[in-house]
Amino acid sequence: MDAVIEAQRVSLTFQTADGPVHALKDVDLAIAPGEFVSFIGPSGCGKTTFLRSVAALETPTSGRLSVNGMEPDAARRARAYGFVFQAPGLYPWRTISGNISLPLEIMGFSRSERAERVARVLDLVELTGFAGKFPWQLSGGMQQRASIARALAFDADILLMDEPFGALDEIVRDRLNEALLALWRKTGKTIGFVTHSIPEAVYLSTKIVVMSPRPGRITKVIDSPLPPERPLEIRDTPEFIALAHEVREGLREGHGYD
Amino acid sequence: MTDAVLNAPQARRLRLHTGDLLPILTVLLVIVAVWYLGAIRMNAAWERDQAARAGVQLTTSELVSRTLTQDRPVLPAPHQVAQGLWEGVAGQAVTSRRSLVWHAWVTLSATLAGFGIGTALGIVLAVGIVHSRVMDLSVMPWAVASQTVPILAIAPMVIVVLASVGVTGLLPKAIIAAWLSFFPVLVGMVKGLRTPDGMQLDLMRSWSAPKTRVFWNLRLPSSLPYLFASLKVAIAAALVGTIVGELPAGATAGLGARLLSGSYYGQTVQIWSALFAAAILAAVLVALIGLIERTVLSRMGLAR
Repeated sequence: MDAVIEAQRVSLTFQTADGPVHALKDVDLAIAPGEFVSFIGPSGCGKTTFLRSVAALETPTSGRLSVNGMEPDAARRARAYGFVFQAPGLYPWRTISGNISLPLEIMGFSRSERAERVARVLDLVELTGFAGKFPWQLSGGMQQRASIARALAFDADILLMDEPFGALDEIVRDRLNEALLALWRKTGKTIGFVTHSIPEAVYLSTKIVVMSPRPGRITKVIDSPLPPERPLEIRDTPEFIALAHEVREGLREGHGYD
Repeated sequence: MTDAVLNAPQARRLRLHTGDLLPILTVLLVIVAVWYLGAIRMNAAWERDQAARAGVQLTTSELVSRTLTQDRPVLPAPHQVAQGLWEGVAGQAVTSRRSLVWHAWVTLSATLAGFGIGTALGIVLAVGIVHSRVMDLSVMPWAVASQTVPILAIAPMVIVVLASVGVTGLLPKAIIAAWLSFFPVLVGMVKGLRTPDGMQLDLMRSWSAPKTRVFWNLRLPSSLPYLFASLKVAIAAALVGTIVGELPAGATAGLGARLLSGSYYGQTVQIWSALFAAAILAAVLVALIGLIERTVLSRMGLAR
C-alpha cells in the first residue's frame, strides 16, 4: 500500500538569536492510508513541527516530504488535509454553521452544497441542532467538536490534529477520544495526532511515534496490537497497560541521550 | 450529548442605580459650588472698584449678588451660562446668526465631513501598513510627525493656502478636522487588524485562503472593537479641529467664530455658552458612536 504521508531524512533547523535549533533531524516515517498515528514526546521534540511541516505551515530545511504523493504545499492547495489546533479558533461573529462553512466559502463551494456539507459534518460530530448557536453558547468540548467538523467539511483524506484536546478536562477528553475513534472508523480518514498524554496515544492509535528532543527525532515507532473496536474499558486490560509501558520506556530511552 | 448549553451572558450595560445617585450629585454640587465661589471671588474686584469710585459701602450680600449678575463678568456664574445657552438655543430662530443651534450646525457639518475624511484615510493607511512592511516603515513616521506639529500652527496655513486657490467654506475646516481625526483611527486600526493570532492565521493558510479573504473574513471583523474605540477619540478630535479651523479665518459662522467674537467684545457669557455648546455636541457625538458600537459588537458576539 502506498504511503499517504512519507518523510525521508526530513530535517528542520530554526535560526534563532541563540543559534540554530534543530527542531527535526533525519526523520523517516511512512503513514499508510487509514492509519491513526499519534506523535508523542516531551516539548521540543518536534512533534508539532513535523505535523506543521506535513501541513506546509513550516518548510523543512532538508529531506523529502510528500503528502498524497505531492509536495506539502501542492497537497494543501489540493485540500489534502484538515487541520485542528489546540484551541477551537471559532469566529465569535459567526454561528457554528457559519464557522464550518467558512473554509467552504473560501474554497468556492455553492450555497446549497455548503448547507448540505455543514449538515453532514455536524451530524458526524453529533452537533446537529447547534447549527444556529454562536460559539460562546457552547461548552469548550462542543466548540472543539465544531472545529473538527470544520476540518472535515471539505472532505480531506487526512486529518491533522495538534493537541486538540489538550486544553480540556479529563472527563470531556475521554468522551471526545471515544467520539474521535468512532468518527475515524466511520470515515476511514488518515489521522495524525499530536499529544503528550500516553493513555490518549495508546487508546487512539494504530501507530505510536515516540519522539525525543535536542535534536527533535523519532526514537521509536510502535504498531498497536489493540483491536480497532475500543471501548473505554480497554484501558484496564493487560494489553493496554503493556503498550502504555512500552511507550513510557520509549520516552525514557529518548531522554537517555542527553 | 449532555454538554450543557451555557446561558447567554447578559450584555453589560451602563445602568444607573439609586445608590449611585448620591456620589454623582455630590460631585456635581461640588463643581457648581466651586464655580460660584470662583465667580464671586474673581468678579468681586471690579465691583469693589466701582463701589469705591461711587463712594458707597457694599454689604457682603450686595457684593455677592452684584458679582453674579454682571454683564461682562470675568467668570460668569453657572446660571448666567445656562441662561446664555438657553437663549442661544431656544430664544432664537434656528436660522438666526445669534442662534447657537445654527452655529453648532455649521461646526457639526464640517466636523462630520472631516471625521469622514479622517476615518477613511486612517483605515486605508492602516490596511496598507498592515499588509506592507515598506508602507509601515515609510508612512508611519510621517503620520506620527503630523501629530507632533501643533494644530494651531497648521490650521492658519491650511486655511490661507486653500483660500489662495479658491477653496473656502466647509472644506478647509474639514481638512483640519481630518488632520486630527485620522491618527487615532490609523493607530487603532493597525492594532486591530493585527489582533488575529498565529493560530487563526495558520487556519486561514491551511485553507489556502487568499489575502483578501483573510482581510474580509478575519482581520476586519477582529479589528472592529479597536475601530470603535478610535472613532470615539477621532470624532472628539474632529470637533476640536473644526473649532480651531474656525478661529484664524475670521470666520463669522460656527462655534469657533462664536468663541472668537465673544473674546473680541469681552462677551464672556457668549464664550462660555459656545464652550458648553461644543462640549455638549462632543458628548452627543461620542455617545452616538458608543450606541452604534454596542449595537454592532453585541450583534457580532464581540461585546461581553
